[in-house]
Amino acid sequence: MTLIQEIDYGTPASKAEKNVTLTIDGVAVTVPEGTSLMRAAVDAGIQVPKLCATDSVNAFGSCRLCLVEIEGRNGTPASCTTPVAEGIKVLTQTERLKQIRRGVMELYISDHPLDCLTCAANGDCELQDMAGAVGLREVRYGFDGDNHLKAAKDESNPYFTFDPSKCIVCSRCVRACEEVQGTFALTIDGRGFDSKVSAGMDEDFIGSECVSCGACVQACPTATLIEKSVIEIGQPEHSVITTCAYCGVGCSFKAEMRGTEVVRMVPYKDGKANHGHSCVKGRFAWGYTTHRDRILNPMVREKISDPWREVSWDEAIAYVASEFKRIQAKYGRNAVGGITSSRCTNEETYLIQKLIRAGFGNNNVDTCARVCHSPTGYGLKETFGTSAGTQDFDSVTEADVVLIIGANPTDAHPVFASQMKKRLRSGARLIVVDPRRIDMVRMPHVEASYHLQLTPGTNVALLTALAHVIVTEGLADEAFVRERCDWDEFQDWAAFVAEQHHSPEATATITGVPAETVRAAARLYATGGNSAIYYGLGVTEHSQGTTTVMAMANLAMATGNIGRRGVGVNPLRGQNNVQGACDMGSFPHEFTGYRHISDDATRTMFEAFWNVPLDPEPGLRIPNMLDAAVDGSFKAIYIEGEDIAQSDPDTQHVVAGLENMECVVVQDLFLNETANFAHVFLPGSTFLEKDGTFTNAERRIGRVRKVMPSRSGMADWEITMAISNAMGFPMQYNHPSEIMDEIAHLTPTFAGVSYDSLDALGSVQWPCNDAAPTGTPIMHIDHFVRGKGHFVLTEYVATDERTGPRFPLLLTTGRILSHYNVGAQTRRTGNVAWHPEDLLEIHPHDAEQRGVREGDWVRLQSRSGGTSLRAKITERVAPGVVYTTFHHPETQANVVTTEFSDWATNCPEYKVTAVQVSPSNGPTEWQSHYQELSEHNRHIAEAAE
Amino acid sequence: MPFEIWEEARAREIIAAHATESGSTLRILHALQEAFGFIPEAAIPLIAEALNLSRAEIHGVVTFYHDFRRELPGRHVLKLCRAEACQSMGGDALGARARAKLGVNWGETTRDGRVTLDAVFCLGLCATAPSAMINNRLVGRLTQSRLDALIEQAQ
Repeated sequence: MTLIQEIDYGTPASKAEKNVTLTIDGVAVTVPEGTSLMRAAVDAGIQVPKLCATDSVNAFGSCRLCLVEIEGRNGTPASCTTPVAEGIKVLTQTERLKQIRRGVMELYISDHPLDCLTCAANGDCELQDMAGAVGLREVRYGFDGDNHLKAAKDESNPYFTFDPSKCIVCSRCVRACEEVQGTFALTIDGRGFDSKVSAGMDEDFIGSECVSCGACVQACPTATLIEKSVIEIGQPEHSVITTCAYCGVGCSFKAEMRGTEVVRMVPYKDGKANHGHSCVKGRFAWGYTTHRDRILNPMVREKISDPWREVSWDEAIAYVASEFKRIQAKYGRNAVGGITSSRCTNEETYLIQKLIRAGFGNNNVDTCARVCHSPTGYGLKETFGTSAGTQDFDSVTEADVVLIIGANPTDAHPVFASQMKKRLRSGARLIVVDPRRIDMVRMPHVEASYHLQLTPGTNVALLTALAHVIVTEGLADEAFVRERCDWDEFQDWAAFVAEQHHSPEATATITGVPAETVRAAARLYATGGNSAIYYGLGVTEHSQGTTTVMAMANLAMATGNIGRRGVGVNPLRGQNNVQGACDMGSFPHEFTGYRHISDDATRTMFEAFWNVPLDPEPGLRIPNMLDAAVDGSFKAIYIEGEDIAQSDPDTQHVVAGLENMECVVVQDLFLNETANFAHVFLPGSTFLEKDGTFTNAERRIGRVRKVMPSRSGMADWEITMAISNAMGFPMQYNHPSEIMDEIAHLTPTFAGVSYDSLDALGSVQWPCNDAAPTGTPIMHIDHFVRGKGHFVLTEYVATDERTGPRFPLLLTTGRILSHYNVGAQTRRTGNVAWHPEDLLEIHPHDAEQRGVREGDWVRLQSRSGGTSLRAKITERVAPGVVYTTFHHPETQANVVTTEFSDWATNCPEYKVTAVQVSPSNGPTEWQSHYQELSEHNRHIAEAAE
Repeated sequence: MPFEIWEEARAREIIAAHATESGSTLRILHALQEAFGFIPEAAIPLIAEALNLSRAEIHGVVTFYHDFRRELPGRHVLKLCRAEACQSMGGDALGARARAKLGVNWGETTRDGRVTLDAVFCLGLCATAPSAMINNRLVGRLTQSRLDALIEQAQ
């Protein structure tokens, strides 16, 4: 194992089609027109010394080290800023160039500390390398003149330091912040000798506009910007390519290791989802993997009020098996079930549903996608034929109009947001549909043409109004619809949306969006060129979530914005493996690849392969399981990697269900909130401790590779396998690759997927089979997977959750950049520096009416329950709307959310709850009660002597 | 030169008046400096917000140009040219004399707030070197006595 060294070509690749041939140091090389001499030289196997150039940002030409000579031309041009030309002869190493480069280096080093041996970048410093490359032997200027050697270090960021004494002011960090990340948080302060890198207005990094994505650290050629973990541990010695376990972007990372210790996570340039970029979570927030709160031994208890008792793996597994068997014998086969999670690998998810269907003998399996993207699966399958997004991420580079609905990419999908912002900066137009003024509405260098700030819960009315404009103003792409969709259905749909009560003027009273804005946005979407829709949970987590998904599909089909690059309908998946968890058959009614369990041919195939009869009736969904548990007919549950007591709606109902069960098995990294009600705790492994695959939002299957031994001793797939064997349904896999082989064997869309093919291709987008051996970046190109595109009538039905005198405000919930979901991981990292608690965003008008000031404790009450948190007064929310996040268990935002859910999939209506906000002096009774219970139920008995 | 006292509303008004012009950042900065005598720190986020740029970007521009002040200047501003032509005509000695007489260094303001002494690099008056500028009025063919007179007037 060695450290993977990626080639730095110095400048970005040219996309020109025409080629140019030239010679560099006598070597002939042919490259696309517009390529820099520096990059062409790398292609010819020649490294021109450089400092200010790196291929993630455009050439800058400031360091003057990469100078070359061109025969027949005067001077010594910089090779980074000079493009190739046909037939020229370039020399990179002449006596004159040597002299100049040495002179330049001498100047750099005259204002640089000579502490290489004790410097954290020792061994990974381009300045050091260049001093070697140019043969620097002395610094004639001495070190007594003015210098920056005493400049103060900024250590305010939890993850990296900024040491200006080592800075050569190459501006790579400033340019990376602008070009790669698109935050523009850095600048050069002053000029000439005084110039220095400055965050914000000469602020410290943490207080500046910096979002800690790490692009600057990545770009820095010296130790100026360097990870604190490298300062602490030292340089890594080997690297392993793996996939990030946070959001659905699925960034590829190099885990850079020293032995079994992670030194740093470095975004991988060959990663097809992230192209070498990262965010604060994936890049830095992996400290939870070795956090002292990790539970490393299995634990069992008879009653949830008992203290936990640490036991051996054998005892824990045997206990689970005997309890599940006992409960099935006493209450019936269907009294048990399980929940898998979008946090698990594909292989783990597959095994859990296999255990439940084949081992438990019922279909009571569900996944946390139930509470996020189940409407996506249903809606896109109905309309297009596949339960997945239609594009790859790179497709956005060819979009002319981007329509974001109910998604907050800069917080929840930051790396893709950067790619999207790059496209917007280069001219694409933007429409945002969101009750909140999210960052994408207006942030440096990005401004939405239209922000449709609708009332929460009115998505369908708004989308149908957009369709109304498209149809009645004759903006539909009739030729596309005639060729690709069901024409009769289209006509029915067109007549439906053309009805007067769907017009923007008529729906304005429902949505709160002015009719003219809706009309203008519809025109832009329909006629602006390639239009692409990106959406998130603001679409799905509603009583009409599925209807909204279908309404978006209707828009794309009606305007011909599907089936090529730059267009499409794209769910931004919240978690790393939402797509994969859904693909793997973890819904109660579906096998892998979205095949219904009542389909005899499919079921027979599984029955034959698993050698067991399978139930053709769909099992219980998560909310049904909890209802049945409250009723007393559902008694045991196996939950892997999901914290339903914090993340699922109507917490008090969830808790009542859990408390009513006889055996709750939680498999997780930490004693999460659900574990407060568990009888067995099985300590799982982090993504760094096991092999597997995750499938990101663009259907890309990426490898997760084990970089360190499991601290608990068992990978999660091994635990599931052990339970299955103990229950009497044998499973035998030696490695997750064998599980993937079984998945590929049983699933046509995965037929070409294997660990060998993933190793060869890096990653692959399903469908991957004989018809598409290297995968499918764009779907529905010539025809829809279902045949003809299916138009669905989308009648707006208001949610039953209404505001009234008691609960006059609408609460909507979401996420923030630095935290991830229930926060079990990010709360155990330095990310708490940015967001130590959940806050309630409230409009100044609503705050003033209630006498609420910035930072005050307020009580947030709905008909389901109440909680207290601090207020943040902001105009990001409209009057009448409040917003909070659900990252902290102390807040328990889901105590407030209701039992309402999507009509088709039961996806909870997290995004609309009628609430009242009033001043408060601290936590509510429920919060104090829960806090006490939580402290009590977490107690672990001292190990017996 | 009397300047307006900093007021956010007034700054917003000035920013709005120039926000849609091309090259608006520099125009706004000049207008603000004209009104307040310098670019108050508090103005930078307002400009950034109005132009949809980052604070860092505006800060970069402000600090790049020496002519943009970060503090209120004295009632009189004396700029002495230190560029090559003026140096060759004895500019350095005049600079030393001015600093000694005023008791300040380059870029500083006298304690009584009356005079700010700035170095500039070329006023475009090389033909009449050494040159200076007092309160936006150009002065050529500077001598020791003319310099003393300028300082005396200012004080």
